[in-house]
Amino acid sequence: MKKTYPIEVDCANCANLMEDAAKKTEGVADAVVNFMTQKMTVEFADGQDPKTVMKAVLKNCKKVEDDCEIYL
Amino acid sequence: MTKKQKKMLYRILAAAVLFLAAKLIPLPAPVSAALYFAAYLTVGCDILRKAWKGICNRQVFDENFLMAVATVGAIALALYERSGDYSEAVAVMLFYQIGELFQSYAVGKSRRSITALMDIRPDYANIERDGKLEQVDPDDVAVGTVITVQPGEKVPIDGVVEDGVSTLNTAALTGESLPRDVSAGDEIISGCINMTGVLKVHTTKAFGESTVSKILELMENSSSHKSRSESFISRFAKVYTPAVCYSALALAILPPLALTVSGADADWGTWVYRALTFLVISCPCALVISIPLSFFAGLGGAGKEGVLIKGSNYLEALSQTKTVVFDKTGTLTQGVFEVSAVHHSPMAQEKLLEYAALAECASSHPISKSLQKAAGGALDRSRVTDIQEHSGRGVTAVVDGVTVAAGNGKLMEELGVAWHECHSVGTIVHIAVNGEYAGHIVISDVEKPHSRDAIAALKAAGVTKTVMLTGDIQKVADYVARDLGVDEVRAELLPADKVARVEELLKAEPEGAKLAFVGDGINDAPVLSRADIGIAMGAMGSDAAIEAADVVLMDDDPMKIAKAIKISRKCIRIVHENIVFSLGVKLLCLLLVALGFANMWMGIFADVGVMVLAVLNAIRALRVHDL
Repeated sequence: MKKTYPIEVDCANCANLMEDAAKKTEGVADAVVNFMTQKMTVEFADGQDPKTVMKAVLKNCKKVEDDCEIYL
Repeated sequence: MTKKQKKMLYRILAAAVLFLAAKLIPLPAPVSAALYFAAYLTVGCDILRKAWKGICNRQVFDENFLMAVATVGAIALALYERSGDYSEAVAVMLFYQIGELFQSYAVGKSRRSITALMDIRPDYANIERDGKLEQVDPDDVAVGTVITVQPGEKVPIDGVVEDGVSTLNTAALTGESLPRDVSAGDEIISGCINMTGVLKVHTTKAFGESTVSKILELMENSSSHKSRSESFISRFAKVYTPAVCYSALALAILPPLALTVSGADADWGTWVYRALTFLVISCPCALVISIPLSFFAGLGGAGKEGVLIKGSNYLEALSQTKTVVFDKTGTLTQGVFEVSAVHHSPMAQEKLLEYAALAECASSHPISKSLQKAAGGALDRSRVTDIQEHSGRGVTAVVDGVTVAAGNGKLMEELGVAWHECHSVGTIVHIAVNGEYAGHIVISDVEKPHSRDAIAALKAAGVTKTVMLTGDIQKVADYVARDLGVDEVRAELLPADKVARVEELLKAEPEGAKLAFVGDGINDAPVLSRADIGIAMGAMGSDAAIEAADVVLMDDDPMKIAKAIKISRKCIRIVHENIVFSLGVKLLCLLLVALGFANMWMGIFADVGVMVLAVLNAIRALRVHDL
């Protein structure tokens, strides 16, 4: 399953860091952050609850880039 | 400016006032020290907090950490030396934040200018219920529903106009500024803006399958394909920051130790100061910010011109294109064929055309379309049975009980029919009725008005070889190639041959040069995916092409190919400029600092200055309209 979330991130490199962090989160099959459109598209692994996974994604993203925001 | 940026601006202004007061007004030492500290904390508290969080999260080596260590170190040094001069630490933090603010403002502004231009997502669709218009989510509109599009609104879903006359602005989709007139019966694609009249549209696709959704999906996923330069920068930053931190540490400790051992004065203060300056300069912001930004700006600028590139790796590959291979029909020629003559026919011309058109009635090939057009009016398909397609040769069918074969010379030979060579330039459709030769129809394709200029523009843009592939006969192919200035021609190819030819050309490519294949997306998806870069033209509405291609040209003007290459060249040049410039200045300054020729003031100007210049340079990649 794929879902897209609006995000807020200031710099292109921070967007790349967020993408890496999201990809490494458990339950995430793949993640793409588009800095231009300020969107994060997350593909969830089978049988994962997007809500719980996204909480973990947000936490991991905050670790690499404190200023970022994901609107769940 | 966003709220966050405004807040930052106020903090910078407040800190600047405090800083200047402490610096310029002669005050007793404790008072000025207090002012300096107030200024430092006002402007730098978030950096210190982020650096601390980074350490806690074991993401130690980032620019916040560098800045925090450098400024805290400078303050500690001033305390230790009792100089009472904290101005350097405060200034470093102040200028660093000014640079960051500028960077975030400039980036945000250019980002919004791109997204605004590419904002084609329709928010709603109007459905008429009980005489009233109701706004519904486009996702909920079933195929075959009639929707109403009012002037000023975006067409939300692909469809056919049922009622109404209007002009459409397709600029957001194609970059083409000329509006398009539509009336009942015309197909319209989603994402256009309805300008003048109310249109009733019978939808032919679901929202998810509509052009606008496909394009949005393509744009939103474009950042998943990273270029080599980008991955280089992220790998580089991972190694670089720890490396400079350890070098700074070495610079602070090793020379004084060496001096002590040799019996001279250790002079710890000077070396620690140099090490701190080293940290300030080494901040990799200019690189890590400007390189991805250049690519985003390049992709965005290209999108604005109607050239959708699926990722920065393709942008990079496009800039190295040396060979461009074209499919002829629909790419260099309009793909609109017209019957220009009928030769050697024993029966009436109309009758022959009708037979040919009926035999070809199941095919969507442009040639069949032109035959149907020449035969005039609607065809009764029930008169045709047993249609067999012979790929690359033609068709056979039974029309009104007689066997009709329509195709090229190869088909005639297969059927054992004696046929006449034709001397006209064009595509020749030979017809056999009941196994007897019944003459041939000459169909000629029209070159696109810009094709010749486009080939010349490609040459000017640095493409060394142009090749044209076509299923058409050698004579037509040679004629078109000579007329347009194409270097090489491979004619009379079956669809499967095209892949083989492209593979041959790929093998012949020198190291580092890339091959681009340009097609119109009909029947050439395998070739599009086989080439280094597949470019699909006029892809609006052709899903297969959008999926198989790496670069999608929104309209079918061949000039856009040269433009796409020029855009990619400009973007890659900017990336290289930024890499060389930022690293060059940094290395030079680091050397000067290590040797003691530069102080912290110079360090911060080198860091922030380089970043500002690199960001401004990166934004230049957006301006591609006049290329």
